[in-house]
Amino acid sequence: MQLQAWLLDDSPASRGQAAAGRAYRVSLDLMRNPLALVGMLIILLLILTAALAPWIAPETPVGQDLTRRLVPPSSEHWMGTDQLGRDIFSRVIYGARVTLLIVALVAVISAPLGLLIGAVSGYFGGWTDRILMGMTDVFLSMPKLVLALAFAAALGPGIENAIIAIAITTWPAYARIARAEALTIRNTEFVAATRLLGASHTRIITRQVLPLCTSSMIIRVTLDMAGIILTAAGLGFLGLGAQPPLPEWGAMISSGRSFIFDQWWVATMPGFAIIVVSLGFCFLGDGLRDVLDPKSEGK
Amino acid sequence: MTAISLGNVDIGYGGQRVVEAVTFDVARGESFALVGESGSGKSTVLKALVGLAPEWSGKMSVLGRSCVHRPDRDLARRCQMVFQDPYGSLHPRKTVDAVLSEPLTIHGIGGQDARVERALSDVGLDRRFRFRYPHQMSGGQRQRVAIARALMLEPEVMLLDEPTSALDVSVQAEILNLLKRLRAERGLTYLMVTHNLPVVSFLCDRMAVMNKGKIVEIAATKALHDGRFTDPYSKALYAASGGGGSTE
Repeated sequence: MQLQAWLLDDSPASRGQAAAGRAYRVSLDLMRNPLALVGMLIILLLILTAALAPWIAPETPVGQDLTRRLVPPSSEHWMGTDQLGRDIFSRVIYGARVTLLIVALVAVISAPLGLLIGAVSGYFGGWTDRILMGMTDVFLSMPKLVLALAFAAALGPGIENAIIAIAITTWPAYARIARAEALTIRNTEFVAATRLLGASHTRIITRQVLPLCTSSMIIRVTLDMAGIILTAAGLGFLGLGAQPPLPEWGAMISSGRSFIFDQWWVATMPGFAIIVVSLGFCFLGDGLRDVLDPKSEGK
Repeated sequence: MTAISLGNVDIGYGGQRVVEAVTFDVARGESFALVGESGSGKSTVLKALVGLAPEWSGKMSVLGRSCVHRPDRDLARRCQMVFQDPYGSLHPRKTVDAVLSEPLTIHGIGGQDARVERALSDVGLDRRFRFRYPHQMSGGQRQRVAIARALMLEPEVMLLDEPTSALDVSVQAEILNLLKRLRAERGLTYLMVTHNLPVVSFLCDRMAVMNKGKIVEIAATKALHDGRFTDPYSKALYAASGGGGSTE
């Protein structure tokens, strides 16, 4: 109770308290949103699963046993086994690691890149804007999966190259958003006032423009996570992403494709995992949009 | 000595001229007003002075140094501006503390903690406002923060762009009193843009009446008491404001 009062204090006594108070208010709002809560739980579950995979999974994800090929789901193998006799449940659990790796790396590479290019482009305008946005448009006009395919094909199949390929195709969308925000921010009086204080352009972009672009960026990235997972799965399905025996969900669906009519669980189980995690990110993104939207803040 | 000097200044936006042949001088310690209806180019003059409206020609100088066509770091320490809208002139995600520390960081000035505290008390804000965000404050409080920010670098010249027009009448009086006190305490030079003649008679020594981008008349504030304007436009403006800007 005392902590809560400290966090919600209307006149904080230090920088730390002000920042903590704001974070606390955002998380309170997030908690009040049932969909966001569900999303957060799913993603928390994904993270825990990935971290604790060796302890959760009953078997190793790569152990083959041809004597028990394509066993249907039972109490012994919750999700059945695949064509090489591997326990699908264990593979799905370990697959969480791969998925989390893809999602995290793509976000870490493409979001800052798009943010920076968009903010610089929108803030300076003129020729800078034209050149940077021209570049963005080139990337934006190519079909995502096909471009990722081309990159994966050029760099060679593999999970790292799939990540690079997806990152290269996702940043333009972020650049567009950041540019749109920067365009409105650069004409505000607080930017003018900061320029009059003698601040450099770099300072204004990093301290004034970027903090205001980030909340819409976080929302967009979270909503895009589902798409990123699906693209990664698509690349895996086409054989250009994760390579066997790596337990990647898309690749698992692909390998189950040939048995889909007689042994439905081989493709369905990793499919469920993809759906649940994508849904989790979508829910969280929607919740974040309600909470972080600057227009709804302070009301 | 002149604090602000403009000689035959033309200012344009995107090739279109909005201010023509403006000439006036403001002495050190003087408070000078630019009055006129909206669209007469008064705010544009302020923007050109600080470099926010870069398309200008003619001669402009602040405290003996010629102005350049972009915001100038050296000028920042001697001339600051307060904007009209206290809702738009503060960054929505920064605390008062961050807003007031920023000018000090930019110019590498130490002792930030004490300076921020003093700035807050100078503009009559309690120290509990220090770590609030703008959305936790009222319009008048925000404008006090904006004034404090402008004063952080201890400038001699302050440009005020309708500093009270976005505020409630009762709050307007508070801010005007604050501006008057700060000027008396620090010997500041004010160049103020307003369309409110009572504000001029309260705060200013002289005024220039602008119409359609030109100065039609420069008069002492006394003219607001006796109505001795020579130009027909200023006479009309004076009459429209109720015949006497000040009833005191």
